[in-house]
Amino acid sequence: MHETMVAQSLLATITTEAKKQKARPILAKISCGMLNDVNEEILSFAMEAITKGTRCEGVKIEVEHKPIRGKCNKCKKEFAFEVASPVCPECGSNDFNLLPDEPLVLEEIEFERE
Amino acid sequence: MYKVNIGRKILSANEEYANENKRFLIENKKLCLNMISSPGSGKTTILTRTIKELKDKIQIGVIEGDIQTDLDAQRIKATKAPAIQINTKGACHLSAAQIHKALANLPIEKLDLIFIENVGNLVCPSAFELGENGKVVVLSVPEGDDKPVKYPAIFAKSKALLINKIDLLNPSRDIDFDIEKVKNDARKLNKDIQIFSLSAKSGEGMDKWYDWLIKGIEKTRNS
Ligand SMILES: Nc1nc2c(ncn2[C@@H]2O[C@H](COP(=O)(O)OP(=O)(O)O)[C@@H](O)[C@H]2O)c(=O)[nH]1
Ligand SMILES: [Mg+2]
Ligand SMILES: [Zn+2]
Repeated sequence: MHETMVAQSLLATITTEAKKQKARPILAKISCGMLNDVNEEILSFAMEAITKGTRCEGVKIEVEHKPIRGKCNKCKKEFAFEVASPVCPECGSNDFNLLPDEPLVLEEIEFERE
Repeated sequence: MYKVNIGRKILSANEEYANENKRFLIENKKLCLNMISSPGSGKTTILTRTIKELKDKIQIGVIEGDIQTDLDAQRIKATKAPAIQINTKGACHLSAAQIHKALANLPIEKLDLIFIENVGNLVCPSAFELGENGKVVVLSVPEGDDKPVKYPAIFAKSKALLINKIDLLNPSRDIDFDIEKVKNDARKLNKDIQIFSLSAKSGEGMDKWYDWLIKGIEKTRNS
């Protein structure tokens, strides 16, 4: 739901990079933790709206959601946490801590020369 | 076609303000809690009752976030506590820059505790750090006992969970709400979360919440 703000921030970074590259951005790859609640479809829609008529018009967005990770206090294993089965997949213990969620990161941009 | 690696955080502007707010709170040794819930779970009612019942012990200031109106700030000011209203004009969450400005306008030296009442929304506010010392999620009985599973982010990130409106758990009301399920599901996501079951209407259970607040204030003061 806060995708519009994310889109504005994203557009600023992509524009700066596009000017530097003197090229047209085609695809921006983003990653974030599951708990960031950023939806690819809504973000793409927001980007489409705010890039209209700018040099970034037509840039596609891909969001990779990284799983929530936990660390078991018993066997010390790190694992991908499933809300549906909140136990350590290694030893079955329910004594674990969730690790901090991955932040929202602009990983890479694909460009096409103008 | 070619690729350029960027590897930059997208919300870094918000993060910079959040860090500045955090520094400001540490320097002034003030406790600041960010209250997050769906609309209508009882945040403002909890705050007004807390302010009134603790007024001889601690001074509380409130930053109110709403999409529109200053109704909640008026409810806080009616208790004589200082309140600042932020209107987000459509945005579904408060941002750290807005809190930065509001903190500067509160009589900080007179306060022991600052509450931020975030925009009513169980999703977006959890993604925006404001520089607070902790988040408090409020879930009220009529919202249903499946919310920790459906909205894990905010339960995973909060220091405390307030289960409000327990006066409605009366069998005559015929409400299905398994309070033990809520507690278990929340603890699966966050084993350190402090859970308080209370009613801001009847006052039941508020005392343990007050004890926790006062302990938090003392810890911040002595840090
Ligand atoms: N029965 C009951 N109603 C409550 C309680 N706390 C708040 N309410 C009511 O819930 C409604 C929404 O409360 P409000 O504080 O405005 O919620 P907010 O939107 O989270 O700030 C109001 O009508 C309150 O009177 C409670 O503990 N029990
Ligand atoms: Mg309110
Ligand atoms: Zn294990």
